[in-house]
Amino acid sequence: MQPFSYSSPADPRVAMAEAAVPGAEVLAGGTDMMQLMKEGQRSPRHVVDINGLPYRGIAVTAEGIRIGALTRLSEAAEDQALRQGWPVVVEALEASASPQVRNLATMGGNLLQRTRCLYFRDWATPCNKRQPGSGCPALDGQNRNNAVFGGSDRCIATHASDLAVALVALDTLVLTEGPNGPRRLPLADLHRLPGDSPQVETVLQPGELITALVIPASAAARRSRYLKLRDRASFEWALVSAAAGIDLDTGGNIREARLAVGGVGTKPWRLPRIEQALIGARLSPEALRPVAELAGEGARPRNGNAFKVELMKRAIVRALLAAGEVT
Amino acid sequence: MSVAAIGQPVSRVDGPDKVRGTARYAADFTLPGLAHAAVVQATIPQGRITALDDSLARSAAGVIAVISHVNAPRLPYRPFQDRPLVDPQSGDQLRVFQADRVLFNGQPIAVVVAETLEQATLAATLLRVTYTPERAITQFDEARDLLKPPPASASKPTDLGWGDADAAFAVQPLRTDSSVRQPNEFHAAMEPHATVAAWDGDRLTLYDKTQWVDNDRDEIAHVFGIPPEHIRVISPFVGGAFGSALRTWPHVTVAALAARVAGRPVKLVLTRRELFSAVGYRPLTVQRVRLGADREGRLAALIQEASAQTSIYEDYSESVVDAPAMLYATANMRSAYRVVPMNVNSPCPMRAPGTATGVLALETAMDELAEAAGVDPIELRLRNYAETDPHKNLPFSSKSLRQCYALGAEAFGWTNRPPKPASRQEGSQLVGYGMATAVYHTNRAAASARATMLADGTALVQSAASDMGPGTYTAMTQVAAETLGLPVAAVRFELGDSELPKAPVHGGSMTMASVGSAVQAACLALRDKCRSLGGNAEGIEGYRALLGRHGLDRLSADGQAAPGDEARRFSMYAFGAVFAELRIDPELGTLRLPRLLGAYAAGRIVNPTIAHSQCIGGMVGGIGMALTEQGMWDPRFGRVMNASLADYLVPVNADVPKLDALFVEEQDPHVNPLGVKGLAEIALVGVAPAILNAVYNATGRRIRELPVTPDKLLL
Ligand SMILES: Cc1cc2nc3c(=O)[nH]c(=O)nc-3n(C[C@H](O)[C@H](O)[C@H](O)COP(=O)(O)OP(=O)(O)OC[C@H]3O[C@@H](n4cnc5c(N)ncnc54)[C@H](O)[C@@H]3O)c2cc1C
Ligand code: SF4
Repeated sequence: MQPFSYSSPADPRVAMAEAAVPGAEVLAGGTDMMQLMKEGQRSPRHVVDINGLPYRGIAVTAEGIRIGALTRLSEAAEDQALRQGWPVVVEALEASASPQVRNLATMGGNLLQRTRCLYFRDWATPCNKRQPGSGCPALDGQNRNNAVFGGSDRCIATHASDLAVALVALDTLVLTEGPNGPRRLPLADLHRLPGDSPQVETVLQPGELITALVIPASAAARRSRYLKLRDRASFEWALVSAAAGIDLDTGGNIREARLAVGGVGTKPWRLPRIEQALIGARLSPEALRPVAELAGEGARPRNGNAFKVELMKRAIVRALLAAGEVT
Repeated sequence: MSVAAIGQPVSRVDGPDKVRGTARYAADFTLPGLAHAAVVQATIPQGRITALDDSLARSAAGVIAVISHVNAPRLPYRPFQDRPLVDPQSGDQLRVFQADRVLFNGQPIAVVVAETLEQATLAATLLRVTYTPERAITQFDEARDLLKPPPASASKPTDLGWGDADAAFAVQPLRTDSSVRQPNEFHAAMEPHATVAAWDGDRLTLYDKTQWVDNDRDEIAHVFGIPPEHIRVISPFVGGAFGSALRTWPHVTVAALAARVAGRPVKLVLTRRELFSAVGYRPLTVQRVRLGADREGRLAALIQEASAQTSIYEDYSESVVDAPAMLYATANMRSAYRVVPMNVNSPCPMRAPGTATGVLALETAMDELAEAAGVDPIELRLRNYAETDPHKNLPFSSKSLRQCYALGAEAFGWTNRPPKPASRQEGSQLVGYGMATAVYHTNRAAASARATMLADGTALVQSAASDMGPGTYTAMTQVAAETLGLPVAAVRFELGDSELPKAPVHGGSMTMASVGSAVQAACLALRDKCRSLGGNAEGIEGYRALLGRHGLDRLSADGQAAPGDEARRFSMYAFGAVFAELRIDPELGTLRLPRLLGAYAAGRIVNPTIAHSQCIGGMVGGIGMALTEQGMWDPRFGRVMNASLADYLVPVNADVPKLDALFVEEQDPHVNPLGVKGLAEIALVGVAPAILNAVYNATGRRIRELPVTPDKLLL
């Protein structure tokens, strides 16, 4: 680990100014950042610990629910309002990491965690995301956990967050503040596709901090579920996951659907076309399967992750059926 | 006073120290002037180092020394008289920093010593290494052309056989032909390997993670060409090892060398990522089993062939085909075990080495035969029950496998097994039951111990044994307490120091039998000595009075125990039967294991609490083997890509619901004076095949490659 200076400002403006200096990195819960620093993927010269900033807490507002960026995953998961109105978010949180990690990890940090691509995490191999221009060994290597959507010939790294999958399905807004003032942007626009520069993962500007998330309230948010599939029963990222929220009409058919999938996209992957196609569909495996079939369009699987396409379709059906059972 | 301590559920005597954090593991030792080391590992699998520029590293803050083949002192690596038992028996061991050759990705090529760990780690990244890569052997399937028989070794048979198995197979009415592939598997113990090395003139002290302090001492004596008496190895606690700390790996030499060059005590702790190439692993193994039987399923031919990876510099081999040769009665048998040299670091024993592997292939094949014969899997095994060891042609010292089947089947409710594959569905889940036999050989080796009665009437008992978790401290304390007639609390057992009476390797499930017998012998000798002083002293008061009367502040006796001719007269094994219930959601490929149960017959059970925990721990290892663990290899780099605990998946609590281990009472007067069989490795054996067989019962599909991950179960 390279020596670095450390500060923990209480004033957001100081934090932003410090974080904007090249070579500086922001530290929240540190559950990802510390790993990256220890193994040399990140070598900041200065670490700005933002835990002293007033970005913690949960409030129900006219818009929906507002969750401070420094709120711990465990705090959010225990919040009664969130459990009631946005169960898919709570389920995604409870299926993330372990209780110990969730006690430390923050909502903002979770969205910005780096990929679990094995090559990104092992400094001894090339990786375009870690070392621009060095190559992408995952394309023809161990790519079981890599993405089938949104990849380029430079990078097919999965965005690993479970939370982001649930949030993107629900039109979550990300509130930020930076040297150029505050912004509100849809979570769907926070992450970039890898394209030619996989090392640049978000649209955040130097020094720009996430301050809060706002999740709108809706009938579909209330009737929502998260389904996560993985190699072991707990403490692991998703092979495939699906976040589904639905609103039903009086006949029990789908009036409105929200759907996003995890483990398959280079960013949190929403499926707007499927959402459209689901309108009016009956909540039965037979009716849902043909619609889920459409989710495979545009998938570009590699040798090790081809199974994810079919698994995703099945997960979508299950998640929708499960959402239908929410009362 | 007679004290029954053996057989009692005594709580771990080392528990309080572990809970309080006062138990000291290798990396916990610190010394005045301690410096820290970080290794540099090769990043290519085969080639030469053509340039190694350490100027940046040398000028980095706090750096004391940078050592590589360029400047390392030449180490003698004296020829072994006998190779250490725990090393591969042929090939050349890896030499530390003695040449520019790279033999595998991850090979240690340099070490940086600095004032702090952070400085050492940073400087290690500043070395500029240039390689001339050469063609490496990194594809197992291609390299199988190179397969060769490992050197014959009595303890690790390769080509066994009797009768004419191929001819017999060809004419049997029932034939199965199955294969199974398992990836390399890593010990992934909680405690990383760590060494603190300190020289005092030409004397060396090592605080090390090891399952055998004596071997550590002998190995380093051989490497440095110094008398073993000049080395002391201290290892009071080991935080799990499962075989990874049996042999003395190159990093121990690295630490000793670094301390010598730096002129300071040095601590070297391997990182999790480094561990995946710095110490061994269970080798990738591919097996094929052919069984031929009559219509009732009585075996007439058993052919088992296995090939496993080894390194290009050593022939690591394990006893894959030993258990398959003795498990069932068959008139014709042939086995072949081959190794495939690759550019990898040498594999090493991992819990139930070889046996878990061989039994995996045989027991899944037996499941296929049961199906072909249309009989219950237990019934099939009973029809082929070996009353005597068909390979060694010896009677068993004891064998209670029938009772294991019966006890396990009853407790598990085996009769509820879905009679046909894929025939039971509950909701979205298919339900399956599976079983397999478990077996592990009972060995022991010469061991010694010292028992000392102290003036206060308590006893100190010592042996250079190890406790990597199974409860050596506790079990030895119990044996000593009972033999001396003292309460358990009045006996202290010490281990893990090469100055103590010699003990054999803490592996192969033989510590209880070997060290336990020596402890018993030492305590009997001490008792006799006390008696010879007059009176029949017993209990704390009695001993205190006795020593007081004679004005003694202590009284010691040594004891030895060594195998007799029992191994020539008997075939000695512990047996068990493992039962698994699974639920598989065929749409999502998810698998849940609601129950796993093992019934074991392993001679006398010294401590039921610890034995139970030992067994369910081993079963968890078996669950990992079956369901989650695999080295994800990239042949282009010759590297395991998931070298972290986030990516190398050991089972977590949620994967492991209800586990149970039951014991069949067994008295075996032949195996050793204590009548104990090993109870460590066997608990991992049979678990993976029981699970695979249950997968078949649930789904009607045979999975032939471990681990059984969701993608393989999607129907
Ligand atoms: C063993 C393990 C298992 C895990 N399993 C899962 C899982 O199953 N599912 C899952 O979704 N996640 C999982 N995680 C990831 C975990 O959820 C994230 O590491 C965590 O949420 C990151 O939050 P943090 O506060 O610790 O972020 P940090 O590590 O502090 O920071 C992460 C990144 O975010 C930046 N950052 C943090 N906060 C802000 C902010 N407010 N504004 C701007 N930048 C910021 C940091 O600069 C850094 O780049 C796992 C982690 C571990 C260690
Ligand atoms: S997929 Fe992306 S992160 Fe993974 S190796 Fe390729 S470039 Fe690196």
